[in-house]
Amino acid sequence: MLRCKEVTHLLSEAQDRELSITEKLPLRMHLLICQGCRNFKQQMTFLRGACRSYTSERKDTEK
Amino acid sequence: MGSETTTPPTIDDAFLAGLRSDMLRFAQLQLRDAAAAEDAVQEALVGALSNAKGFAGRSEVKTWVFTILRNKIVDHIRLQSRTTNVSSLSPEEASLDEAFDTLFQDNRHWTSQSRPRDWGSPEAALRQQDFWHVFEACLTHLPDNTARVFMMREFLEFETPEVCKELGITVSNCNVILHRARNALRRCLERGWFAAGEPAC
Repeated sequence: MLRCKEVTHLLSEAQDRELSITEKLPLRMHLLICQGCRNFKQQMTFLRGACRSYTSERKDTEK
Repeated sequence: MGSETTTPPTIDDAFLAGLRSDMLRFAQLQLRDAAAAEDAVQEALVGALSNAKGFAGRSEVKTWVFTILRNKIVDHIRLQSRTTNVSSLSPEEASLDEAFDTLFQDNRHWTSQSRPRDWGSPEAALRQQDFWHVFEACLTHLPDNTARVFMMREFLEFETPEVCKELGITVSNCNVILHRARNALRRCLERGWFAAGEPAC
């Protein structure tokens, strides 16, 4: 059974590659029952978004 | 710098100065070397503006200039990677890994204090300049090699296999480093910005 510690690695790698079916299914089951890891997943998604919008949103140019 | 006759009318001095400071900040975050950042920005600006013809507006100029800057930064990182061993573990990196281990109980589930929090609707933060200050501070706190890998992946938008290839490290090492960076950043942002949220139960 997947533990939170491994889940953080999988969720990080999910940002870099398509997870396999054998990774995805246990991950999904774990996330169903673990709020902490769901939050971790949301945070990973947010980090990606923040990095992508850094150049457009971070400015002291315009004023 | 190019003479005024070659610069399109939308690019005035104030815009240029602002653009330059945005570029410097961006380059400095990734190169961690003020002189190298300065050089990359200078080269990118000169390169971009000497070829500037008929931009529709400032945002187009900015996009173009940043594209060139990215290439300059990549060139520099390639040079650097020949002389630095990215996979070696510094004391700072080892201590991040130890800190990560303490987030878990013996059964490898989160301890109650360390469980990641619900950040609510974090996207709202992206519109606040104060958030970006915290974000930059968190990036700056990352150990050099960890930051280099992370920035290549997330800021220069290389695919992970390309990052490994450029830096001469294995995919699994790359994964470990990216995980370390992401975890350090999320904890730093949680402390520095999202701390108001209640721990999840």
